[in-house]
Amino acid sequence: MSDHEYQRQVEELERESATAARLFDIRLVIGGLFAIYGVIMTIAGIGASDADLEKAQDININLWTGIGMLALGLFFLAWVRLRPVVPAPSTEERSGE
Amino acid sequence: MHYVAGELRLSTNGLDYTVLGIYFAVVLGIGFAARASVRTSLDFFLSGRSLPAWVTGLAFVAANLGALEILGMAANGAQYGAYTVHWYWVGAIPAMVFLGLVMMPFYYGSKVRSVPEFLLHRFGPSSHLLSSIIFSVASILIAGVNLYAMAIVLEALVGWPQWLAIVVAGFFVLAYITLGGLSSAIYNEVLQFFVILAAMIPLTVVGLKRVGGWDGLTDKLTDTQGQDFTSAWGGTGIGSDNPLGANWLTLVLGLGFCLSFGYWTTNFAEVQRALSAKNLSAARRTPLIAAFPKILIPLIVVVPGLIALVIEPNLGKPGSGLQYNDAIPLLMRDLLPNGVLGLALTGLLAAFMAGMAANVSSFNTVFTNDVWGAYVVRGRSDRYYLTTGRVVTAVGVLGGMGTAFIASSFSNVMNYLQTLFSFFNVPLFCVFIIGMFWKRATPAAGFWGLLSGTVAAMVNYFWFYKQHLIDIPSDQGANFVSAIVAFVVGGAVMVAVSLFTTPKPVDQLAGLVYGTTSPGMAEPPAEGDEAWYRKPAVLGWGAVVLAAACYVPFSF
Repeated sequence: MSDHEYQRQVEELERESATAARLFDIRLVIGGLFAIYGVIMTIAGIGASDADLEKAQDININLWTGIGMLALGLFFLAWVRLRPVVPAPSTEERSGE
Repeated sequence: MHYVAGELRLSTNGLDYTVLGIYFAVVLGIGFAARASVRTSLDFFLSGRSLPAWVTGLAFVAANLGALEILGMAANGAQYGAYTVHWYWVGAIPAMVFLGLVMMPFYYGSKVRSVPEFLLHRFGPSSHLLSSIIFSVASILIAGVNLYAMAIVLEALVGWPQWLAIVVAGFFVLAYITLGGLSSAIYNEVLQFFVILAAMIPLTVVGLKRVGGWDGLTDKLTDTQGQDFTSAWGGTGIGSDNPLGANWLTLVLGLGFCLSFGYWTTNFAEVQRALSAKNLSAARRTPLIAAFPKILIPLIVVVPGLIALVIEPNLGKPGSGLQYNDAIPLLMRDLLPNGVLGLALTGLLAAFMAGMAANVSSFNTVFTNDVWGAYVVRGRSDRYYLTTGRVVTAVGVLGGMGTAFIASSFSNVMNYLQTLFSFFNVPLFCVFIIGMFWKRATPAAGFWGLLSGTVAAMVNYFWFYKQHLIDIPSDQGANFVSAIVAFVVGGAVMVAVSLFTTPKPVDQLAGLVYGTTSPGMAEPPAEGDEAWYRKPAVLGWGAVVLAAACYVPFSF
């Protein structure tokens, strides 16, 4: 095994890598999905039938889950808003690490 | 593993399927959107080593939070009671902290792309090839277990034929990993983590209300199952009898040390998440960030198992038609109205797919780089290995479908997984730990330690235990003992072989053995990483203290 050749290879690939520059922000997806789910669940909770309530031991579980999911979704969206992704360092900067 | 059709059928409606449909659309969308980020093989296999620590940390815990884990740990809760917390607080946290604090600098700092590749540089090709092949086979087997279990659960819950569930789930996993590689797998794991929480928290809350809160739960369990059932250590004295079939010594050494360290520190499906982090500090924090949710997961997984036993005391008894694995589906059927029910179903499916995806995404990396690229077709362009990785992904998914039937011969899914891990991962951990701390350990010792430890565990389990040559009361207890045997035999063989063979020259071990660093490896810390809450030692020891504190309510 020639000494550290594989490490140079990995460094080379890291320089060419596109992930840091082109990968979207997962916080947007989590925030968006949970906001949508939150709204759906909250609406289901507002229209909950007596049978639904009885099944869930008199807790309006759709409503509470909906509110919780909406809150988490908004938290993630707010996080993206307040701390946007720092633009990925360019090729030259990365190679200087 | 056998479900009675109709017994557990959920009353799903359009609302539930809307929730499920949205999730599937998002899963595929992540795959397509992540596709733009894949330019090199490093992007595909390790996300270009560029992800932030909170993402890799949550993916680290989610990769382990597959549906088999959720259903299996709830089943263990119903079968063994509070003993199940040992799988978390003794059987996970110390090993995760050890990975972050001690081992990660070697893994990440040496720039290896996989766990087997570390063996290649530390020991040489023989142990590298052996572990790569064992890992590849094990990944496919476990992916198959996942698919099979999912098909059975879906058939019972919503009446889909088994082949349909296997084809649909296999297709989605195949599509999003082939498109977006590890980034896609990791992003979906992070999403899955939150969906699981959203599914399991309502289930636990409603369940607790049904049984009269925490006090009602413990009182009823103590009445029907005895005092030890709600205690973590009661009845684990050496020689005393308990349902787990293990005593405190085999628990701590077998589960807490051998099995757990073997799984968390050398299982590439886990370590891969940390290797995709953007720098060494983020890589070290990956398992440490994961440790905190891991400590709390028993609250939403084991507690529902206990609740199910109170609601349905015949659970797991012969003739009731209900297996311990039915604990969570049972609660879903009895307690969740439409809406949350769809969410729980989505969470379960998400967990099945993520569990399988973790195996497939680590399999394609090891097979492409460590088997195909290292021994079959060497020295081709990066583009070639990227394409190979995509093809290998497809082969892995198809192989998982094909091997699904193996799962059917074991009654408890977790037993099966634990058995496999004790045979593969424990000797691997033994070889790693000796190799990282003892410069004298030789290439030959690495190979023979790995092989002898694996064989010793199999001999102990399938011959000594299954043929009743030694008396261990349960499969779980036998797993713990087999793990200890694997570690001791592997270690002894390594030391013995090392003394009679030539070690690698010290200058070739830079960065691979404790006390050395690779040339040019010292990276300056990234901005903001000096903050106290990002210090690995603070996070790691904090997790250990918290896990120990969690035992207090279950010990007296």
